[in-house]
Amino acid sequence: MSSLSRRRILFGGAAVGAGALLTACTSNAPQENTQVNTDNEEANPNAAPGQKVIIGFSAPAADHGWIAAITNNAKAQAAAYSDVEFRAVEAGADAAAQRAALATMIAQKPSVIVMLPHDGKELNSSGLEAMKAGIPVVNLDRAFPDALAYRLQIKGDNYGMGVAAGNYIAAQMKLKGVASPIIGEIAGIDSLELTQERTQGFNDALKANGMRVANRRAAEFTADSGQREAAGLLQALPKMDALWNHDDDQGIGVLAAINQAGRNEFIMVGGAGSKAAIDAIAADNSVLKATVTYSPSMASSAISLARLIGQNKGMSDLVELQVPKEITLASETIVKDNAAQYAKLGF
Amino acid sequence: MTDTAVAKPAPTPEAPEPGPKTSWWKSDAAEPVRRNLGLVVVLILLIIIGVITRPELYSDPTWVKNNFFTILQQASAIGVVTVGMTFVIIGGGIDLSVGAIIALAGVWATTLATQSYGAGGMIFTAIVVGVVVGLINGVLISYGRLVPFIATLAMLVAARGLAAQISGKQTQVSSNTTINAIATTRILGIPLLVIILGVVVAAGWVLLNRTTFGRRTVAVGGNPEAARLAGINVKFHTMLLYGLSGLCCGIAAIMLTSQATSAQAAMANLYELDAIAAAIIGGTLLSGGRGTIIGALFGVLVFSTITNLFAINNLSTEVQNMVKGGIIVVAVLVQQFRYKSLTTLLKR
Repeated sequence: MSSLSRRRILFGGAAVGAGALLTACTSNAPQENTQVNTDNEEANPNAAPGQKVIIGFSAPAADHGWIAAITNNAKAQAAAYSDVEFRAVEAGADAAAQRAALATMIAQKPSVIVMLPHDGKELNSSGLEAMKAGIPVVNLDRAFPDALAYRLQIKGDNYGMGVAAGNYIAAQMKLKGVASPIIGEIAGIDSLELTQERTQGFNDALKANGMRVANRRAAEFTADSGQREAAGLLQALPKMDALWNHDDDQGIGVLAAINQAGRNEFIMVGGAGSKAAIDAIAADNSVLKATVTYSPSMASSAISLARLIGQNKGMSDLVELQVPKEITLASETIVKDNAAQYAKLGF
Repeated sequence: MTDTAVAKPAPTPEAPEPGPKTSWWKSDAAEPVRRNLGLVVVLILLIIIGVITRPELYSDPTWVKNNFFTILQQASAIGVVTVGMTFVIIGGGIDLSVGAIIALAGVWATTLATQSYGAGGMIFTAIVVGVVVGLINGVLISYGRLVPFIATLAMLVAARGLAAQISGKQTQVSSNTTINAIATTRILGIPLLVIILGVVVAAGWVLLNRTTFGRRTVAVGGNPEAARLAGINVKFHTMLLYGLSGLCCGIAAIMLTSQATSAQAAMANLYELDAIAAAIIGGTLLSGGRGTIIGALFGVLVFSTITNLFAINNLSTEVQNMVKGGIIVVAVLVQQFRYKSLTTLLKR
C-alpha cells in the first residue's frame, strides 16, 4: 500500500478524464485474500491437486466493502488451487441482469456455479435451471426458497450477530457490575431484513440478561451517515455504558463522532469484522473493544467447497463422503485476545 | 402571522402611508424578514418541544451548549451545499448532482495519491473537482441546451459511478490529521465547521444582495429573455452558477470527509433533496427569480433540529422523514397562499 502512495502522479483533477488514470493507482484491493492454507498436503488430504474443476462465479457489483471483499476473496481462493479454473461474470445492476448473465454461464457448462444472488427469491429460477442442467449450485449468503435450486448453501447469521453482540455487552456489564446499563444501538439501513434480524437478536440477548436498548438510531452503512446518527445518539445519551454499531464500515464515522464529542465512558462493539476494526481492537486505544463477525471469508470457503463438490469429495474432518447441503457460519466475537487470529480475515 | 403582514399592499409612492414603524414592516425591504420569521417560529417551537419532552437534558447548561453546536455542526456541510443550491434555483435552474459531486470530490481528495500531498493537496483537489464538475453541468445546460433536471440527473449517476470506480467501492479512510482536525477544532469555543458555514453564508448573502453577480442571478432566474435584452450574458452567467454550486460541494466534501474521517462513493446520500427542500422552505421559488440565503439557512437549521429532536427522543427515522415531508408541503402551501393573495390584491 505504501508503495502505491509513493507513486506520485498528477492529482487534483486537472481534468475529469484523468479519473481512470488515478483509479489505477489508488485501487484499495486487499493484497492478500487467500484465507485458507491450501498447500499443506499433510494436514489436509483434500489439498492435493485433483480433477480439474471449472467454477463459474457471479456476485453483484460492489457498493460496499463487504461485497467487494466477497468477490476478491473468491478470486484469490480460486487462484490458490492449481486444479481450479475461475470464471467470473458481472452480475449487472439488478436481478434481471444477473439472471441473463447466469443463463449464458449455464450454457458454457462449468463444473460448479458459485453465486451471491441480488435476491434469493428472484434468482431461484436460475438456480433450478443450473441444477436441472446438472451443474451443482453453491448459494452464497442469500438463500433460495426452493431446496432443489442449490447443492450447497453457505451463509452468515444476522440474528446470531445480534445475539453475539448482546451477549458480549451483557457479560461485560456484569463484569463491571453495572446493574441497569444504558445501551445505545446504531443500526444499518432499517428497511433491510438483515438489519431487522440483527436488531432482533440483539434485543433478545439483552432481554435474556434483563437489559434493554435505551436509544436506537438507523444509519445507512456509510461512514458519513454513521457519524450523523452517532452524533445524535451521543446527545441523546449524555452518559452511556455500551454501544453496538451494526457495521464496521459505518463504524469509521461512528468512532469519528465519538472522538469529536470527546466521549470514552462506554464500550463499543462493532459488526462484520473489517480490517480497520480488528486493528483498532488489537491496539486497544479506542472505545471499540469487540466486533461480531459476518465475515466475507465465506466466499473463500464457498470456492473451496465448490472445488470439493466438483471433485466429488467430502470435507476431510467430517465422516460423510460428500459436502453438506447447508452451512450457516457462527457469528464470532473478536476481542483483543483473539484479534491476531482474525487479522487476515478482515476486509 | 407573516401572512397578515403581507395582506395589505406595500405603500405606493403616490399615497405614502404615515407612521415610520408600520411602513418599514410592510415595505418590500422587510419582505425577507417577514418570511423568515415563520421559520424562526418553527425553530423555537421545535426547541420548546425538545425542552418539554426531555427536561432533564435541557436542565444542564453544558448539555444545551453542546447540543446547540451539535445541531449547527450537523447542519454545516448541508448548509454550505444549500447556499450554492439557492443560487442555482434563484437563477432558474436546479442541481440534482450535489450529493454525487460531494462524493466524487471527497473520494478524489482521499485517494492515497492525493493524501500523499497533505491537507493542502486534499482541499485543493476537492475544490477543483467540485468546480470542474459544476462547470461541466453549466456548459451542458447553457451551451448544450440540456434541461437542468436532465443534465444534473445524468451527472448524479455519472459522478457517483466515477467515485465508485476511483475508490474501488471501498471506504477511503483519511489519515491526514489536519483534515480530520477540522471537525474537532474550536476557535473561541465555536466549532470550526460552524465558522466555515457562517463564512460561506455571509459570503453568499453579500454575493446575492450586494453585487452585480447577485442582481444578475435574480434577473436571469426571473426572466431570462428580459435579462438577455438588458445585456446580461445569460448563458455564461448560468454556467457560473453551476460552477458556484460545485464550489460549495467541494467545500462540503472536505467538511464531511473531516467529520466522517473518510470518504466513499455512497456518501452524502440524497443531499440534493435535503438542499432543495431547505432552499424551498426558506422561501426560494423553484421557478427562479426569488430567494434568500438566510431563509435557506433557516431551512437547513429546521431540518437539523428535527433530526436532533427525534434522536434525543429515540424516535425512528421513518417518522422523522414523514414530518420533514409535511413541513416541506406546508411551507410551499404558505408560499402559494402568499403569492395568490398578492396577485388578487394587485388585480383590485
